[in-house]
Amino acid sequence: MLEVSELHLWRGDRHLLRGLNLSLAPGEAMQLLWPNGTGKTSLLRTIAGFLYPESGHVRWQGQSIDQDRDAFHRDLAYQGHGTALKADLSATENLRFACDLRHETSAAQIHDALDRVGLQGLRPDLPVRSLSAGQQRRVSLARVMLWKARLWLLDEPASNLDASGQQILRDLLERHLRGGGLALLAAHQAVPLDSAACRLSHSPGATA
Amino acid sequence: MSWAWFHRFGSPPYFYRVAGLLTPWFAWPAAVLLVVGLGWGLFVSPPDKLQGDAYRIIYIHVPNSWLSLMSYSAMAVSAAIGLIWRIKVAHAVAAAIAPAGAAFTAVSLLTGMLWGQPMWGTYWAWDPRIVFELVLLFFFLGYIALRSAIDDLNRADRTSAVLAIVGVVNVPIVHYSVIWWNSLHQAPSVLRTDGPSMPIQMLAPLLVSFLGFTLYFVAVMLVRARAEVLHRERGGDWIREAVAMHGNSP
Amino acid sequence: MSSLQSSAWRAASTVIRRDLLLAFRRPGEWLQPLAFFLIVTLLFPLSTDPELARLRQLAPAALWVALLLASMLALDFLFREDANDGTLEQLALSGQPFAVLLLAKTATHWMLTGLPLAVVAPLAAVALGAPASSVPQVLVTLLLGSVSLSLIGSIGAGLTLGVRRSGALLSLLVLPLAIPTLVFGARATQLAMVGESVAGPLYLLGALAVLGLTLAPLAAAAAVRISLE
Repeated sequence: MLEVSELHLWRGDRHLLRGLNLSLAPGEAMQLLWPNGTGKTSLLRTIAGFLYPESGHVRWQGQSIDQDRDAFHRDLAYQGHGTALKADLSATENLRFACDLRHETSAAQIHDALDRVGLQGLRPDLPVRSLSAGQQRRVSLARVMLWKARLWLLDEPASNLDASGQQILRDLLERHLRGGGLALLAAHQAVPLDSAACRLSHSPGATA
Repeated sequence: MSWAWFHRFGSPPYFYRVAGLLTPWFAWPAAVLLVVGLGWGLFVSPPDKLQGDAYRIIYIHVPNSWLSLMSYSAMAVSAAIGLIWRIKVAHAVAAAIAPAGAAFTAVSLLTGMLWGQPMWGTYWAWDPRIVFELVLLFFFLGYIALRSAIDDLNRADRTSAVLAIVGVVNVPIVHYSVIWWNSLHQAPSVLRTDGPSMPIQMLAPLLVSFLGFTLYFVAVMLVRARAEVLHRERGGDWIREAVAMHGNSP
Repeated sequence: MSSLQSSAWRAASTVIRRDLLLAFRRPGEWLQPLAFFLIVTLLFPLSTDPELARLRQLAPAALWVALLLASMLALDFLFREDANDGTLEQLALSGQPFAVLLLAKTATHWMLTGLPLAVVAPLAAVALGAPASSVPQVLVTLLLGSVSLSLIGSIGAGLTLGVRRSGALLSLLVLPLAIPTLVFGARATQLAMVGESVAGPLYLLGALAVLGLTLAPLAAAAAVRISLE
């Protein structure tokens, strides 16, 4: 359902991606374990639609993402390096606003999501700036889950997560894939996913 | 219309070569026309019955004013082409036009000031056309400043392109300001629907001078754009070939 | 497609609610432009002969220059923080029309800066010698003008997102666009202060505001998208 074909991308003077091909079907995941500076983040951002490739196509459900950007984005959950949370708002407020942009979400669902990422004991009025980096990362995972998007593009999702946090990430991903979702991750270390439908790519040339 | 032609022009090596070939065809006629037009206007044509010899500055002032508007429009169109079709050469052309356009606008304002003194008794007046021409200068300068303030070349191109397009609204305002408001400037005497109102002995050198300045603008734009393309493509293989082919003068 | 999908309207109101909530958590920030405005208007009578008749002549210009400068100061708050913490790019990915969301942010920004400035300005006008009867009209001209300035400012703020230390550059870009608003607004305020009809310039101010409302969000959205590349 996600097809990237013959993608060429330059960043400044560097020809980062040369004719990259990649495809993911429902229930499949791919982890990009490329070295630093080789274009993991740039590839994710190109698929998300921030960057324009010099040539090549990105197709979602058989249609180029340029044709109906907004529809594609409604099916997409992108998580970049940062947490993209408002530091002055509480976790619950952040989640509520993030969800309201997309679709109706009840308070119970938000509460449930925070439970699932292991933040059930969190004081409700605590601003996100007072949370640890690991806790903030868990909140952003909760957001990805609540968006109910089919395609997940996650850039270093395990950063700042302790062992239990990493287990939570694994469980979330497994659940997402079992439900027919797709995931493309950029990481330094592979997330140990059970399913046989998870491929690892160690360099920009090895994604087919 | 063949889009292939359009995209071919956007290819840097092609543009580089064609611009190099075209430049002398604009530069030499420009030099000749400027000498003829300005010589005729400044020295030969008869003095005006009201203003005497002071009016002669129009042979510099008017073409530069027209060119300030035309060059801004060209810059905006080029920037739009670069923005919409993502053709890098178009951004190089827009970047090349900006300093020349700023110069035309500055000359227009300065010669206007020199003319204002004998004509209206003051070097500067807060007249709508003058104010909006000054705004045009700010847009040119803003375009150049914005472009140089952003490090990433692609973003610099595209961000300044948005600015150029937003500012194009100023061009018709400058032109129509003399009609919409009571202005010190007279109403248009050349670009009118019932033909120019200027006598031919004055109109002819004006048009020659204008044509000369226009060709000069195109020549300058081609040379600058070529240099800009060369700078951007400095890593490319075709540069080495182009230099090798032409020896020391690419 | 879920039938519970948020409409663009709902998304816009979400952005407004969020930004207002954030502003109430940090009220100090939003008082700065107001204080700056009052200081600048104070500078005028201090730096010239404080004779009331002369002040009254100067007042429209003083008010509008102060409004312009205070708006420039406030513009930095519009997009920069969201750009820094990554929430701006999430807005671009929300699947909602980006121009609408940015318009919502600009509207909130206006409510927190332009609106208070416009409300305080007639009081400053009175301090500069305007008759109390002119207050309602002065208020209206400043309200309309501040709307245009916020919209024009959003374009400048979007264009300078990729620039470090962008203060002076932002002003260089916004002020030329703001000149028509300044000219008509000052004229309208001047007429209001002498008790004449402000209808002419007021209509023009309104037209500028409407023009800004339709075009500025599109330009700002284009500029912000480019900064996210």
